[in-house]
Amino acid sequence: MSIDKDTAARVAKLARIKVEEDALPALAQEFNTILGFIEQLNEVDVEGVEPMTSVTPMRLKRREDVVTDGDQQEAILANAPDAREGFFAVPKVVE
Amino acid sequence: MTDLNTLTLSDARDKLRRKDVTSVELTEACLKAAEGAGALNAFVHHTPDIALAQAKAADARIAKGDAPAMCGLPLGIKDLFCTKDVPSQAASGILEGFKPQYESTVTQNLFDAGAVMLGKLNMDEFAMGSSNETSVYGNAVSPWRRGDEETALTPGGSSGGSASAVAADLCLAATGTDTGGSIRQPAAFTGIVGIKPTYGRCSRWGIVAFASSLDQAGPMTKSVRDAAIMLEAMCGHDPKDSTSADLAVPNFEAMLTGDIKGKKIGIPREYHMDGMPDEIEALWAEGRAMLKAAGAEIVDISLPHTKYALPTYYVIAPAEASSNLARYDGVRFGHRATLAAGDGITEMYEKTRAEGFGDEVKRRVMVGTYVLSAGFYDAYYNRARKVRALIKKDFDDAFTAGIDAILTPATPSAAFGLGEMNDEDPVKMYLNDVFTVTVNLAGLPGISVPTGVDHQGLPLGLQLIGRPWEEGDLLNTAYALEAAAGFVAKPGKWW
Repeated sequence: MSIDKDTAARVAKLARIKVEEDALPALAQEFNTILGFIEQLNEVDVEGVEPMTSVTPMRLKRREDVVTDGDQQEAILANAPDAREGFFAVPKVVE
Repeated sequence: MTDLNTLTLSDARDKLRRKDVTSVELTEACLKAAEGAGALNAFVHHTPDIALAQAKAADARIAKGDAPAMCGLPLGIKDLFCTKDVPSQAASGILEGFKPQYESTVTQNLFDAGAVMLGKLNMDEFAMGSSNETSVYGNAVSPWRRGDEETALTPGGSSGGSASAVAADLCLAATGTDTGGSIRQPAAFTGIVGIKPTYGRCSRWGIVAFASSLDQAGPMTKSVRDAAIMLEAMCGHDPKDSTSADLAVPNFEAMLTGDIKGKKIGIPREYHMDGMPDEIEALWAEGRAMLKAAGAEIVDISLPHTKYALPTYYVIAPAEASSNLARYDGVRFGHRATLAAGDGITEMYEKTRAEGFGDEVKRRVMVGTYVLSAGFYDAYYNRARKVRALIKKDFDDAFTAGIDAILTPATPSAAFGLGEMNDEDPVKMYLNDVFTVTVNLAGLPGISVPTGVDHQGLPLGLQLIGRPWEEGDLLNTAYALEAAAGFVAKPGKWW
Protein backbone atom coordinates (compact mmCIF):
# COMPACT_ATOMS: atom_id res chain seq x y z
CA MET A 1 0.00 0.00 0.00
CA SER A 2 1.58 3.23 -1.09
CA ILE A 3 0.14 6.67 -0.56
CA ASP A 4 0.42 9.11 -3.42
CA LYS A 5 0.05 12.85 -3.55
CA ASP A 6 -3.66 12.70 -4.33
CA THR A 7 -4.39 10.42 -1.37
CA ALA A 8 -2.40 12.73 0.91
CA ALA A 9 -4.49 15.65 -0.36
CA ARG A 10 -7.70 13.72 0.25
CA VAL A 11 -6.68 12.83 3.82
CA ALA A 12 -5.73 16.45 4.55
CA LYS A 13 -9.14 17.51 3.26
CA LEU A 14 -10.93 14.92 5.42
CA ALA A 15 -8.94 16.12 8.45
CA ARG A 16 -9.77 19.76 7.58
CA ILE A 17 -6.11 20.77 7.62
CA LYS A 18 -4.89 22.99 4.81
CA VAL A 19 -1.74 21.58 3.23
CA GLU A 20 -0.05 23.56 0.46
CA GLU A 21 0.33 21.77 -2.87
CA ASP A 22 4.13 21.75 -2.70
CA ALA A 23 4.10 20.13 0.76
CA LEU A 24 2.05 17.12 -0.38
CA PRO A 25 4.85 14.87 -1.73
CA ALA A 26 6.79 15.06 1.57
CA LEU A 27 3.60 14.41 3.52
CA ALA A 28 2.81 11.37 1.37
CA GLN A 29 6.34 10.11 2.04
CA GLU A 30 5.85 10.47 5.81
CA PHE A 31 2.55 8.62 5.65
CA ASN A 32 4.26 5.82 3.78
CA THR A 33 6.98 5.52 6.42
CA ILE A 34 4.44 5.36 9.24
CA LEU A 35 2.06 3.03 7.41
CA GLY A 36 5.00 0.83 6.45
CA PHE A 37 5.72 0.48 10.15
CA ILE A 38 2.08 -0.35 10.85
CA GLU A 39 2.03 -3.01 8.12
CA GLN A 40 3.72 -5.40 10.59
CA LEU A 41 0.31 -5.97 12.09
CA ASN A 42 -0.57 -8.06 9.05
CA GLU A 43 1.74 -10.80 10.36
CA VAL A 44 -0.46 -11.38 13.40
CA ASP A 45 -3.06 -14.13 13.34
CA VAL A 46 -6.19 -12.37 14.57
CA GLU A 47 -8.63 -15.05 13.44
CA GLY A 48 -11.50 -15.22 15.94
CA VAL A 49 -10.19 -12.35 18.11
CA GLU A 50 -12.73 -9.75 19.17
CA PRO A 51 -11.53 -6.15 18.75
CA MET A 52 -10.93 -4.57 22.14
CA THR A 53 -13.53 -2.03 23.16
CA SER A 54 -12.42 -1.42 26.74
CA VAL A 55 -9.25 -2.36 28.67
CA THR A 56 -11.19 -3.12 31.80
CA PRO A 57 -14.48 -4.94 31.68
CA MET A 58 -16.92 -2.20 32.54
CA ARG A 59 -20.51 -1.31 31.89
CA LEU A 60 -21.24 2.31 31.50
CA LYS A 61 -23.18 3.58 34.47
CA ARG A 62 -26.72 4.72 34.02
CA ARG A 63 -28.38 7.63 35.70
CA GLU A 64 -31.73 9.32 35.73
CA ASP A 65 -32.31 11.35 32.59
CA VAL A 66 -32.54 14.70 34.32
CA VAL A 67 -30.88 18.08 33.86
CA THR A 68 -27.71 18.18 35.98
CA ASP A 69 -26.05 21.26 34.56
CA GLY A 70 -26.74 24.24 32.36
CA ASP A 71 -27.51 27.96 32.25
CA GLN A 72 -23.87 28.86 31.68
CA GLN A 73 -24.05 30.83 28.47
CA GLU A 74 -21.49 33.37 29.57
CA ALA A 75 -18.92 30.77 30.68
CA ILE A 76 -19.40 28.76 27.50
CA LEU A 77 -18.87 31.78 25.25
CA ALA A 78 -16.02 33.22 27.32
CA ASN A 79 -13.30 31.66 25.15
CA ALA A 80 -14.92 32.05 21.75
CA PRO A 81 -12.83 33.84 19.11
CA ASP A 82 -16.04 35.53 17.94
CA ALA A 83 -19.21 35.59 20.04
CA ARG A 84 -22.11 37.91 19.35
CA GLU A 85 -25.43 38.38 21.09
CA GLY A 86 -25.07 35.17 23.04
CA PHE A 87 -24.05 33.03 20.06
CA PHE A 88 -20.87 31.65 18.48
CA ALA A 89 -20.29 33.57 15.26
CA VAL A 90 -18.92 31.86 12.14
CA PRO A 91 -18.59 32.81 8.46
CA LYS A 92 -21.71 32.49 6.38
CA VAL A 93 -22.64 28.80 6.00
CA VAL A 94 -25.66 28.96 3.68
CA GLU A 95 -26.33 31.35 0.85
CA MET B 1 19.24 24.01 56.65
CA THR B 2 18.37 22.29 53.37
CA ASP B 3 16.89 24.46 50.67
CA LEU B 4 13.17 24.00 51.10
CA ASN B 5 12.53 23.42 47.41
CA THR B 6 14.71 20.30 47.47
CA LEU B 7 12.50 18.52 49.99
CA THR B 8 10.44 15.46 49.16
CA LEU B 9 6.68 15.65 49.65
CA SER B 10 6.87 13.38 52.68
CA ASP B 11 9.64 15.37 54.39
CA ALA B 12 7.90 18.68 53.67
CA ARG B 13 4.60 17.28 54.93
CA ASP B 14 6.20 16.13 58.17
CA LYS B 15 7.94 19.48 58.68
CA LEU B 16 4.68 21.34 58.02
CA ARG B 17 2.82 19.24 60.55
CA ARG B 18 5.58 19.73 63.11
CA LYS B 19 5.37 23.49 62.40
CA ASP B 20 9.08 23.55 61.51
CA VAL B 21 8.19 25.34 58.32
CA THR B 22 5.19 27.06 56.77
CA SER B 23 3.63 26.44 53.39
CA VAL B 24 4.30 30.08 52.50
CA GLU B 25 8.03 29.51 53.11
CA LEU B 26 8.03 26.32 51.04
CA THR B 27 6.06 28.01 48.28
CA GLU B 28 8.31 31.07 48.20
CA ALA B 29 11.39 28.84 47.96
CA CYS B 30 9.88 27.01 44.98
CA LEU B 31 8.68 30.18 43.27
CA LYS B 32 12.18 31.61 43.58
CA ALA B 33 13.75 28.43 42.18
CA ALA B 34 11.26 28.38 39.30
CA GLU B 35 11.83 32.05 38.54
CA GLY B 36 15.56 31.51 38.30
CA ALA B 37 15.26 28.50 36.02
CA GLY B 38 14.18 30.16 32.78
CA ALA B 39 16.91 28.26 30.95
CA LEU B 40 15.08 24.98 31.60
CA ASN B 41 11.82 26.35 30.13
CA ALA B 42 9.93 23.98 32.42
CA PHE B 43 7.34 26.42 33.80
CA VAL B 44 5.48 28.12 30.97
CA HIS B 45 2.83 29.93 33.02
CA HIS B 46 3.76 31.07 36.53
CA THR B 47 0.90 31.50 39.01
CA PRO B 48 2.56 33.05 42.09
CA ASP B 49 -0.59 34.84 43.27
CA ILE B 50 -2.62 31.64 43.28
CA ALA B 51 0.26 29.77 44.90
CA LEU B 52 0.65 32.23 47.77
CA ALA B 53 -3.10 32.42 48.38
CA GLN B 54 -3.29 28.62 48.48
CA ALA B 55 -0.22 28.46 50.74
CA LYS B 56 -1.75 30.92 53.21
CA ALA B 57 -4.98 28.93 53.22
CA ALA B 58 -2.99 25.73 53.79
CA ASP B 59 -1.11 27.29 56.71
CA ALA B 60 -4.44 28.31 58.23
CA ARG B 61 -5.75 24.75 57.86
CA ILE B 62 -2.63 23.28 59.45
CA ALA B 63 -2.86 25.77 62.33
CA LYS B 64 -6.37 24.49 62.97
CA GLY B 65 -5.14 20.91 63.01
CA ASP B 66 -6.74 20.09 59.65
CA ALA B 67 -3.89 18.90 57.45
CA PRO B 68 -5.02 16.64 54.59
CA ALA B 69 -2.53 14.60 52.59
CA MET B 70 -1.15 17.31 50.30
CA CYS B 71 -1.72 20.28 52.60
CA GLY B 72 0.64 23.12 51.80
CA LEU B 73 2.77 21.18 49.31
CA PRO B 74 3.79 23.19 46.19
CA LEU B 75 3.33 21.41 42.87
CA GLY B 76 3.77 22.06 39.17
CA ILE B 77 0.84 21.18 36.92
CA LYS B 78 1.26 19.89 33.38
CA ASP B 79 -0.28 22.26 30.84
CA LEU B 80 -2.64 19.45 29.72
CA PHE B 81 -4.76 19.90 32.86
CA CYS B 82 -7.50 22.50 32.63
CA THR B 83 -7.08 24.90 35.52
CA LYS B 84 -9.76 27.51 36.11
CA ASP B 85 -8.90 30.98 34.78
CA VAL B 86 -5.28 29.93 34.19
CA PRO B 87 -3.93 29.39 30.65
CA SER B 88 -4.25 25.71 29.69
CA GLN B 89 -2.96 25.23 26.18
CA ALA B 90 -1.73 21.65 25.96
CA ALA B 91 1.40 23.39 24.60
CA SER B 92 -0.48 24.08 21.38
CA GLY B 93 -0.90 27.25 19.36
CA ILE B 94 -4.49 26.29 18.67
CA LEU B 95 -5.37 26.84 22.34
CA GLU B 96 -3.61 30.21 22.49
CA GLY B 97 -5.35 32.36 25.07
CA PHE B 98 -7.66 29.59 26.30
CA LYS B 99 -8.61 30.00 29.96
CA PRO B 100 -10.85 27.19 31.16
CA GLN B 101 -13.97 28.16 33.05
CA TYR B 102 -13.68 24.97 35.10
CA GLU B 103 -11.12 22.89 37.02
CA SER B 104 -10.03 19.36 36.06
CA THR B 105 -11.05 16.70 38.56
CA VAL B 106 -7.45 15.69 39.28
CA THR B 107 -6.29 19.22 40.07
CA GLN B 108 -9.47 19.83 42.07
CA ASN B 109 -8.74 16.65 44.08
CA LEU B 110 -5.21 17.91 44.73
CA PHE B 111 -6.46 21.35 45.77
CA ASP B 112 -9.09 19.77 48.03
CA ALA B 113 -6.22 17.87 49.63
CA GLY B 114 -4.49 21.20 50.28
CA ALA B 115 -1.96 21.30 47.43
CA VAL B 116 -0.47 24.54 46.12
CA MET B 117 -0.12 25.24 42.36
CA LEU B 118 3.05 27.06 41.34
CA GLY B 119 2.23 27.20 37.64
CA LYS B 120 1.80 25.25 34.44
CA LEU B 121 4.49 23.02 32.99
CA ASN B 122 5.84 22.53 29.49
CA MET B 123 5.04 19.40 27.49
CA ASP B 124 4.87 18.09 23.94
CA GLU B 125 1.95 19.56 21.99
CA PHE B 126 -1.21 17.63 22.94
CA ALA B 127 1.14 15.16 24.68
CA MET B 128 2.34 13.91 21.28
CA GLY B 129 6.06 13.41 21.51
CA SER B 130 8.86 11.79 23.48
CA SER B 131 11.30 14.69 23.79
CA ASN B 132 9.29 17.85 24.55
CA GLU B 133 10.38 19.23 21.17
CA THR B 134 6.88 19.66 19.72
CA SER B 135 5.79 22.34 22.22
CA VAL B 136 4.58 25.74 21.08
CA TYR B 137 6.52 27.14 24.06
CA GLY B 138 9.81 25.74 22.75
CA ASN B 139 11.83 22.84 24.15
CA ALA B 140 11.92 22.02 27.83
CA VAL B 141 15.51 21.32 28.83
CA SER B 142 16.78 18.67 31.21
CA PRO B 143 18.80 19.86 34.22
CA TRP B 144 21.10 16.89 33.51
CA ARG B 145 24.19 17.13 31.31
CA ARG B 146 26.62 14.58 29.90
CA GLY B 147 29.66 15.01 32.11
CA ASP B 148 31.15 18.43 31.38
CA GLU B 149 29.43 18.84 28.01
CA GLU B 150 27.09 21.76 27.53
CA THR B 151 24.81 20.01 25.02
CA ALA B 152 21.19 20.64 25.99
CA LEU B 153 19.49 17.31 26.64
CA THR B 154 15.85 16.36 26.42
CA PRO B 155 14.00 15.77 29.68
CA GLY B 156 11.89 13.28 27.69
CA GLY B 157 8.26 13.68 26.80
CA SER B 158 5.54 14.31 26.73
CA SER B 159 5.66 15.35 30.42
CA GLY B 160 9.08 16.96 29.88
CA GLY B 161 8.43 20.16 31.82
CA SER B 162 7.18 18.12 34.77
CA ALA B 163 10.28 15.93 34.73
CA SER B 164 12.67 18.85 34.38
CA ALA B 165 10.95 20.84 37.15
CA VAL B 166 10.96 17.96 39.65
CA ALA B 167 14.55 16.91 38.86
CA ALA B 168 15.75 20.51 39.18
CA ASP B 169 13.85 21.04 42.47
CA LEU B 170 11.65 23.82 41.09
CA CYS B 171 8.70 22.16 42.82
CA LEU B 172 8.28 19.28 45.23
CA ALA B 173 6.39 17.17 42.70
CA ALA B 174 4.35 17.54 39.52
CA THR B 175 1.40 16.07 37.70
CA GLY B 176 1.99 14.21 34.46
CA THR B 177 -0.09 12.28 31.99
CA ASP B 178 0.81 9.09 30.18
CA THR B 179 -0.66 7.84 26.90
CA GLY B 180 2.27 5.71 25.70
CA GLY B 181 4.99 6.39 28.26
CA SER B 182 4.74 10.14 28.81
CA ILE B 183 5.18 9.90 32.59
CA ARG B 184 7.58 6.96 32.79
CA GLN B 185 10.04 7.84 30.00
CA PRO B 186 10.69 11.44 31.18
CA ALA B 187 10.92 10.21 34.78
CA ALA B 188 13.59 7.71 33.71
CA PHE B 189 15.47 10.36 31.69
CA THR B 190 15.65 12.71 34.68
CA GLY B 191 16.22 10.37 37.63
CA ILE B 192 12.81 10.73 39.26
CA VAL B 193 9.85 8.44 39.99
CA GLY B 194 6.74 8.41 37.79
CA ILE B 195 3.69 6.18 38.00
CA LYS B 196 0.87 5.68 35.53
CA PRO B 197 -2.00 4.07 37.42
CA THR B 198 -4.50 1.53 36.09
CA TYR B 199 -6.74 2.96 33.37
CA GLY B 200 -9.76 4.37 35.19
CA ARG B 201 -8.00 5.20 38.50
CA CYS B 202 -7.68 8.91 37.77
CA SER B 203 -10.53 10.85 36.27
CA ARG B 204 -9.77 12.17 32.81
CA TRP B 205 -12.34 14.95 33.17
CA GLY B 206 -10.78 18.31 32.39
CA ILE B 207 -7.58 16.83 31.00
CA VAL B 208 -7.17 17.77 27.33
CA ALA B 209 -7.82 14.49 25.52
CA PHE B 210 -5.24 12.86 23.25
CA ALA B 211 -6.21 9.16 23.01
CA SER B 212 -9.06 8.54 25.40
CA SER B 213 -8.67 4.78 25.77
CA LEU B 214 -4.99 5.18 26.74
CA ASP B 215 -4.69 8.51 28.62
CA GLN B 216 -4.09 8.41 32.37
CA ALA B 217 -2.81 11.03 34.80
CA GLY B 218 -0.23 10.27 37.46
CA PRO B 219 2.33 11.86 39.78
CA MET B 220 6.01 12.59 39.04
CA THR B 221 7.95 12.74 42.27
CA LYS B 222 11.33 12.54 43.99
CA SER B 223 10.61 9.24 45.75
CA VAL B 224 8.31 6.22 45.67
CA ARG B 225 6.76 7.30 48.97
CA ASP B 226 5.89 10.65 47.40
CA ALA B 227 4.33 8.86 44.42
CA ALA B 228 2.13 6.88 46.84
CA ILE B 229 1.04 10.00 48.72
CA MET B 230 0.28 12.05 45.63
CA LEU B 231 -1.37 9.28 43.61
CA GLU B 232 -3.80 8.63 46.41
CA ALA B 233 -4.75 12.32 46.43
CA MET B 234 -5.19 12.42 42.64
CA CYS B 235 -7.36 9.38 42.06
CA GLY B 236 -10.87 8.36 42.94
CA HIS B 237 -14.21 7.81 41.28
CA ASP B 238 -15.65 10.71 39.30
CA PRO B 239 -19.16 10.59 37.83
CA LYS B 240 -18.01 13.14 35.21
CA ASP B 241 -15.73 10.52 33.58
CA SER B 242 -17.73 7.47 32.55
CA THR B 243 -14.56 5.34 32.43
CA SER B 244 -13.54 6.32 35.96
CA ALA B 245 -13.58 3.26 38.19
CA ASP B 246 -16.00 3.18 41.08
CA LEU B 247 -13.51 1.52 43.41
CA ALA B 248 -12.26 2.51 46.84
CA VAL B 249 -8.78 4.08 46.83
CA PRO B 250 -6.48 2.29 49.28
CA ASN B 251 -4.01 4.06 51.54
CA PHE B 252 -1.04 3.51 49.23
CA GLU B 253 1.54 4.93 51.61
CA ALA B 254 0.52 2.50 54.35
CA MET B 255 1.27 -0.35 51.94
CA LEU B 256 4.95 0.61 51.68
CA THR B 257 6.52 -2.02 53.90
CA GLY B 258 9.46 -2.88 51.66
CA ASP B 259 8.69 -6.55 52.24
CA ILE B 260 8.54 -8.35 48.90
CA LYS B 261 9.48 -11.84 50.11
CA GLY B 262 7.92 -14.51 47.94
CA LYS B 263 6.69 -12.06 45.29
CA LYS B 264 7.00 -13.42 41.78
CA ILE B 265 8.70 -10.96 39.43
CA GLY B 266 8.37 -11.73 35.73
CA ILE B 267 11.18 -10.98 33.27
CA PRO B 268 9.74 -10.85 29.75
CA ARG B 269 12.20 -12.28 27.25
CA GLU B 270 10.78 -10.19 24.40
CA TYR B 271 12.06 -7.02 26.08
CA HIS B 272 15.64 -7.95 25.21
CA MET B 273 15.66 -5.80 22.08
CA ASP B 274 18.17 -6.09 19.29
CA GLY B 275 20.76 -3.38 19.54
CA MET B 276 19.88 -2.47 23.12
CA PRO B 277 22.91 -0.84 24.78
CA ASP B 278 24.89 -3.08 27.16
CA GLU B 279 24.33 -0.52 29.89
CA ILE B 280 20.58 -1.06 29.73
CA GLU B 281 20.99 -4.85 29.82
CA ALA B 282 23.32 -4.48 32.81
CA LEU B 283 20.91 -2.14 34.60
CA TRP B 284 18.10 -4.64 34.09
CA ALA B 285 20.26 -7.51 35.39
CA GLU B 286 21.14 -5.47 38.48
CA GLY B 287 17.46 -4.80 39.07
CA ARG B 288 16.71 -8.51 38.92
CA ALA B 289 19.51 -9.20 41.39
CA MET B 290 18.25 -6.50 43.78
CA LEU B 291 14.70 -7.85 43.84
CA LYS B 292 16.01 -11.39 44.27
CA ALA B 293 18.21 -10.32 47.17
CA ALA B 294 15.12 -8.72 48.72
CA GLY B 295 13.43 -12.11 48.70
CA ALA B 296 11.46 -12.04 45.45
CA GLU B 297 11.38 -14.96 43.07
CA ILE B 298 12.56 -14.10 39.55
CA VAL B 299 10.65 -15.89 36.79
CA ASP B 300 11.30 -15.79 33.04
CA ILE B 301 8.08 -15.08 31.19
CA SER B 302 6.95 -14.52 27.63
CA LEU B 303 4.78 -11.69 26.32
CA PRO B 304 4.72 -12.87 22.71
CA HIS B 305 2.93 -9.93 21.10
CA THR B 306 5.31 -7.28 22.47
CA LYS B 307 6.81 -6.39 19.09
CA TYR B 308 3.38 -5.44 17.77
CA ALA B 309 2.67 -2.97 20.56
CA LEU B 310 4.19 0.11 18.89
CA PRO B 311 2.50 -0.42 15.50
CA THR B 312 -0.79 -1.07 17.32
CA TYR B 313 -0.32 2.11 19.31
CA TYR B 314 0.41 4.10 16.15
CA VAL B 315 -2.96 3.09 14.74
CA ILE B 316 -5.10 3.45 17.86
CA ALA B 317 -3.61 6.62 19.33
CA PRO B 318 -3.76 8.66 16.08
CA ALA B 319 -7.27 7.35 15.36
CA GLU B 320 -8.51 8.53 18.74
CA ALA B 321 -6.55 11.78 18.41
CA SER B 322 -8.08 12.47 15.02
CA SER B 323 -11.50 12.20 16.62
CA ASN B 324 -10.65 14.09 19.83
CA LEU B 325 -8.89 16.94 18.06
CA ALA B 326 -11.81 17.53 15.71
CA ARG B 327 -13.11 19.96 18.34
CA TYR B 328 -10.37 22.49 17.53
CA ASP B 329 -12.27 24.26 14.79
CA GLY B 330 -11.80 27.93 15.61
CA VAL B 331 -15.38 28.31 16.81
CA ARG B 332 -15.59 27.71 20.55
CA PHE B 333 -12.12 28.39 21.93
CA GLY B 334 -8.55 29.21 21.06
CA HIS B 335 -7.11 30.33 17.77
CA ARG B 336 -9.06 31.27 14.64
CA ALA B 337 -7.23 32.08 11.43
CA THR B 338 -7.67 35.45 9.78
CA LEU B 339 -9.85 34.79 6.76
CA ALA B 340 -9.61 36.16 3.25
CA ALA B 341 -12.55 37.77 1.50
CA GLY B 342 -14.95 35.10 0.34
CA ASP B 343 -13.64 32.39 2.69
CA GLY B 344 -16.40 30.17 4.03
CA ILE B 345 -16.57 27.90 7.03
CA THR B 346 -14.51 25.10 5.45
CA GLU B 347 -11.65 27.51 4.76
CA MET B 348 -11.95 28.71 8.35
CA TYR B 349 -11.54 25.16 9.66
CA GLU B 350 -8.70 24.31 7.31
CA LYS B 351 -6.69 27.48 7.84
CA THR B 352 -7.28 27.53 11.58
CA ARG B 353 -6.09 23.95 12.00
CA ALA B 354 -3.14 24.41 9.65
CA GLU B 355 -1.96 27.44 11.63
CA GLY B 356 -2.79 26.20 15.09
CA PHE B 357 -1.43 22.65 15.04
CA GLY B 358 2.27 21.81 14.89
CA ASP B 359 3.73 19.31 12.42
CA GLU B 360 3.67 16.21 14.65
CA VAL B 361 0.06 16.84 15.67
CA LYS B 362 -0.98 17.35 12.05
CA ARG B 363 0.85 14.17 11.07
CA ARG B 364 -0.91 12.10 13.72
CA VAL B 365 -4.35 13.60 13.09
CA MET B 366 -4.00 12.81 9.40
CA VAL B 367 -2.70 9.27 10.00
CA GLY B 368 -5.67 8.77 12.31
CA THR B 369 -8.04 10.14 9.72
CA TYR B 370 -6.59 7.76 7.15
CA VAL B 371 -6.84 4.59 9.28
CA LEU B 372 -10.44 5.45 10.12
CA SER B 373 -11.46 6.32 6.57
CA ALA B 374 -13.83 4.22 4.47
CA GLY B 375 -12.08 1.17 3.06
CA PHE B 376 -9.25 1.17 5.63
CA TYR B 377 -11.14 0.97 8.90
CA ASP B 378 -11.08 -2.84 9.00
CA ALA B 379 -7.58 -3.26 7.63
CA TYR B 380 -5.99 -0.86 10.10
CA TYR B 381 -8.20 0.21 12.97
CA ASN B 382 -10.09 -3.01 13.63
CA ARG B 383 -6.98 -5.12 13.14
CA ALA B 384 -5.10 -2.95 15.65
CA ARG B 385 -7.90 -3.36 18.18
CA LYS B 386 -7.68 -7.13 17.76
CA VAL B 387 -3.91 -7.12 18.26
CA ARG B 388 -4.46 -4.90 21.30
CA ALA B 389 -6.71 -7.61 22.75
CA LEU B 390 -3.88 -10.14 22.21
CA ILE B 391 -1.34 -7.83 23.89
CA LYS B 392 -3.59 -7.53 26.91
CA LYS B 393 -4.09 -11.31 26.95
CA ASP B 394 -0.31 -11.79 27.14
CA PHE B 395 -0.33 -9.87 30.43
CA ASP B 396 -3.49 -11.57 31.69
CA ASP B 397 -1.84 -14.95 31.12
CA ALA B 398 1.28 -13.92 33.03
CA PHE B 399 -0.74 -12.65 35.99
CA THR B 400 -2.96 -15.76 35.96
CA ALA B 401 0.22 -17.84 36.16
CA GLY B 402 0.99 -16.09 39.46
CA ILE B 403 3.26 -13.23 38.44
CA ASP B 404 2.91 -10.26 40.82
CA ALA B 405 4.89 -7.68 38.87
CA ILE B 406 6.98 -7.47 35.71
CA LEU B 407 10.42 -5.83 35.60
CA THR B 408 11.66 -4.19 32.39
CA PRO B 409 13.91 -1.31 31.39
CA ALA B 410 12.00 1.98 31.28
CA THR B 411 13.68 3.29 28.12
CA PRO B 412 16.01 1.84 25.47
CA SER B 413 18.66 4.52 26.16
CA ALA B 414 19.57 7.46 28.36
CA ALA B 415 18.35 10.95 27.41
CA PHE B 416 19.50 12.21 24.03
CA GLY B 417 20.40 15.74 22.97
CA LEU B 418 17.70 18.15 21.87
CA GLY B 419 17.68 18.22 18.09
CA GLU B 420 19.67 15.00 17.74
CA MET B 421 16.66 13.12 16.39
CA ASN B 422 15.56 15.86 13.96
CA ASP B 423 16.91 14.15 10.89
CA GLU B 424 15.47 10.76 11.76
CA ASP B 425 12.12 9.62 10.45
CA PRO B 426 9.21 9.89 12.93
CA VAL B 427 9.24 6.14 13.60
CA LYS B 428 12.73 6.40 15.18
CA MET B 429 11.35 8.75 17.81
CA TYR B 430 8.41 6.43 18.42
CA LEU B 431 10.83 3.67 19.49
CA ASN B 432 11.48 5.55 22.73
CA ASP B 433 8.21 4.17 24.03
CA VAL B 434 8.90 0.55 23.14
CA PHE B 435 8.90 -0.65 26.78
CA THR B 436 6.14 1.58 28.09
CA VAL B 437 3.47 1.53 25.41
CA THR B 438 2.37 -2.07 26.06
CA VAL B 439 1.25 -0.98 29.54
CA ASN B 440 -1.15 1.66 28.17
CA LEU B 441 -2.55 -0.75 25.61
CA ALA B 442 -3.30 -3.23 28.40
CA GLY B 443 -4.53 -0.52 30.82
CA LEU B 444 -2.11 -1.64 33.54
CA PRO B 445 -0.29 0.34 36.23
CA GLY B 446 3.40 0.98 35.52
CA ILE B 447 6.07 2.81 37.50
CA SER B 448 9.52 4.04 36.56
CA VAL B 449 12.18 4.04 39.29
CA PRO B 450 15.68 5.52 38.87
CA THR B 451 18.24 2.81 39.60
CA GLY B 452 21.51 3.84 37.98
CA VAL B 453 23.52 6.15 35.75
CA ASP B 454 25.14 5.53 32.38
CA HIS B 455 28.79 6.07 31.45
CA GLN B 456 28.09 9.78 30.89
CA GLY B 457 26.54 10.19 34.32
CA LEU B 458 22.95 10.32 33.02
CA PRO B 459 20.15 8.66 34.96
CA LEU B 460 18.60 5.37 33.88
CA GLY B 461 15.39 3.83 35.14
CA LEU B 462 13.66 0.49 35.42
CA GLN B 463 9.95 -0.06 34.98
CA LEU B 464 7.74 -2.27 37.10
CA ILE B 465 4.35 -3.28 35.71
CA GLY B 466 1.63 -4.38 38.12
CA ARG B 467 -1.71 -6.15 38.15
CA PRO B 468 -4.76 -4.00 37.42
CA TRP B 469 -5.92 -2.00 40.47
CA GLU B 470 -2.97 -3.18 42.55
CA GLU B 471 -0.99 0.05 42.56
CA GLY B 472 -0.37 -0.42 46.29
CA ASP B 473 1.45 -3.70 45.78
CA LEU B 474 3.28 -2.25 42.76
CA LEU B 475 4.40 0.79 44.76
CA ASN B 476 5.66 -1.51 47.50
CA THR B 477 7.77 -3.49 45.02
CA ALA B 478 9.06 -0.19 43.62
CA TYR B 479 9.83 0.91 47.17
CA ALA B 480 11.98 -2.18 47.70
CA LEU B 481 13.75 -1.60 44.38
CA GLU B 482 14.35 2.07 45.25
CA ALA B 483 15.81 1.12 48.62
CA ALA B 484 18.12 -1.48 47.07
CA ALA B 485 19.26 0.80 44.23
CA GLY B 486 19.95 3.74 46.53
CA PHE B 487 19.90 6.21 43.63
CA VAL B 488 21.04 9.60 44.94
CA ALA B 489 22.57 11.33 41.91
CA LYS B 490 21.43 14.91 41.30
CA PRO B 491 22.18 17.21 38.38
CA GLY B 492 24.73 19.92 39.11
CA LYS B 493 23.17 23.38 38.94
CA TRP B 494 24.19 25.25 35.74
CA TRP B 495 20.98 27.12 34.96
